[in-house]
Amino acid sequence: MSIEVSNLTKIFNGFTAVDDVNFQIETGELVALLGPSGSGKSTLLRMIAGLEIPDNGTIHLTGKETTSASPRDRNVGFVFQHYALFKHMTIYDNIAFGLKVRKAPKHEIAPRVSELLELVQLRGLEKRYPSQISGGQRQRVAVARALAARPNILLLDEPFGALDAKVREELRKWILQLHEQTQVTTLFVTHDQHEALEIAHKVFVMNKGKIEQEGTPAEIFDHPATPFVAEFVGENNFVEAEVVEPHTVRWGQFTFRVNGYPTGQKIRIYFRPNDVYVSSAPESGSVNARISKTRFKGALIELHLVIETDKQIIAHVPKGVAHSSGFTEGAEVFVQITEYHAFRNSEHTIDESLVTI
Amino acid sequence: MIVKKIISKLTDGKKSKRVIPGFGLSLGFTMFYLSLIVMIPLSTLFFKTFSLTWEEFYSTISSPRVLSSFGLTFGASLTAGVINVIFGPLVAWSLVRYNFPAKRIIDALVDLPFALPTAIAGITLTSLYAENGWFGEYLLAIGIKSAYTPIGITIALIFIGLPFVVRTVQPVLEALEVDIEEAAASLGATRWQIITRVILPVIRPAVLTGFVLSFARALGEYGSVIFIAGNMPMKTEISTLLIITRLEQYDYAGAISIAVTMLAASFILILIINILQSRINKKNLIS
Repeated sequence: MSIEVSNLTKIFNGFTAVDDVNFQIETGELVALLGPSGSGKSTLLRMIAGLEIPDNGTIHLTGKETTSASPRDRNVGFVFQHYALFKHMTIYDNIAFGLKVRKAPKHEIAPRVSELLELVQLRGLEKRYPSQISGGQRQRVAVARALAARPNILLLDEPFGALDAKVREELRKWILQLHEQTQVTTLFVTHDQHEALEIAHKVFVMNKGKIEQEGTPAEIFDHPATPFVAEFVGENNFVEAEVVEPHTVRWGQFTFRVNGYPTGQKIRIYFRPNDVYVSSAPESGSVNARISKTRFKGALIELHLVIETDKQIIAHVPKGVAHSSGFTEGAEVFVQITEYHAFRNSEHTIDESLVTI
Repeated sequence: MIVKKIISKLTDGKKSKRVIPGFGLSLGFTMFYLSLIVMIPLSTLFFKTFSLTWEEFYSTISSPRVLSSFGLTFGASLTAGVINVIFGPLVAWSLVRYNFPAKRIIDALVDLPFALPTAIAGITLTSLYAENGWFGEYLLAIGIKSAYTPIGITIALIFIGLPFVVRTVQPVLEALEVDIEEAAASLGATRWQIITRVILPVIRPAVLTGFVLSFARALGEYGSVIFIAGNMPMKTEISTLLIITRLEQYDYAGAISIAVTMLAASFILILIINILQSRINKKNLIS
């Protein structure tokens, strides 16, 4: 077990930033902490690095209790959103910093630095200063610097947050590659779900200081455990309805099967735009709809569908299908909802979920 | 005309279009303004020295009393500057990094030596450090006579020089992100290593600027020093006082000789420090 966190709590001036969090990360895993701003994900990461001291709970790193150990005794590499490079040092000196302050033998420093420059694909830039390289390169230097002293754990705090879309894309691929090469246990914080779902082996979704769900990207995306996860990860339609007869919710002509809720219970049904099946001919169980608007989304076309004049849902269909089926504004179509998730409709509590198809 | 010639030399004789306009105008104005305010008054000082013979000039500045005043003035100014360079950044650090009650009042207190009429500062310091003063009494008890000695002069110069160092270092410390220190700590640096390898290199140019300002101010200081100095010839007589004394005796030649020597020496010293500083900056390439 590489990182083990139990009952971790941090309170800033009466605001509970991290609220009784528990999790474990295996050696060599690549984990994303995903959540909106203010969900406590950065604070959690900073506590693991020793940059904040928790008010309650314990942290074990590679089996050792390090709850209030100083940052330098944790052997953790930390990468900041805004790089935090030493501006007065060359790239070489930046990367060598961790080795120098730990009094590594001189003859080991130069080979290690050039090995890292190779790893982060920045060979030839060692004599430059941080101000003379691009943002993406700076972040690579920051990663190399964090890895120099061979940490057991690499922590990245919104590492690509300050970069433009294209560079983010590149660095995502690069960080995956890097992890394959180094196999160092990695935990990174992000508010970008694409980043989390694309890179991580495992995702922790955080909200209001708590971990709402923990699972593989597929589990998080396909089986959201809470309304928050359903809304935060990926796009979703949701409708509110009431359980009218045992195991059945009706919303207009749509019927949803749910289990475990008493009649009269208010229910929220979530379904993704790509789980709305649109066809130009009626099929069993399909419902009439009219396309009120179409929007271009690259490979997909977004259809705004009006059902029974007052209900609106969004569907995503592949561009080719939309063209061949004649899905244009004003067209009459037939709609089925193939997959959905139901949650008890209460804003503030998180209930056990119930998934039926 | 001269200005235009200089400009055309600076721009390689080509009329290049610039994104930021007004180069000619602003350089012209700068030259005019500097001439009016700084160069012309100072050059008249120099021209006046030409009315003296070399012997007159040399005999004035080589007299033991003048030489000892030079030694005292430069020595005490340098000492005060060095002490301010050590404690000024500490004050700036506390003001930037920590929150404590009455922080704003203490922050404002730093500027007091700027604002206080120097004579008042001088009288206050003298009464404090005199043999029967609050501080002077205890200093005397441990064998240090402060007022009316070079030590007292240095104390007055530290007092008037402190805000220069604090106020130049403070904004640089404010701009230094906490990230940088955290990064260093998580890379395994001790507190001492963070200070010497990460913080000091960044604030060094500002500290040096603060030193130059505080040192230069100390060289020309008059009001706050003459009360605490005691003004004993050969012992505690500073150069500026000597200039005034000469003027009061209608010895204009003597006054000018001392003034010009002071001027030249300060200029050379400050120039050397500035060259040193630009070397450091070039090496560090701080953007």
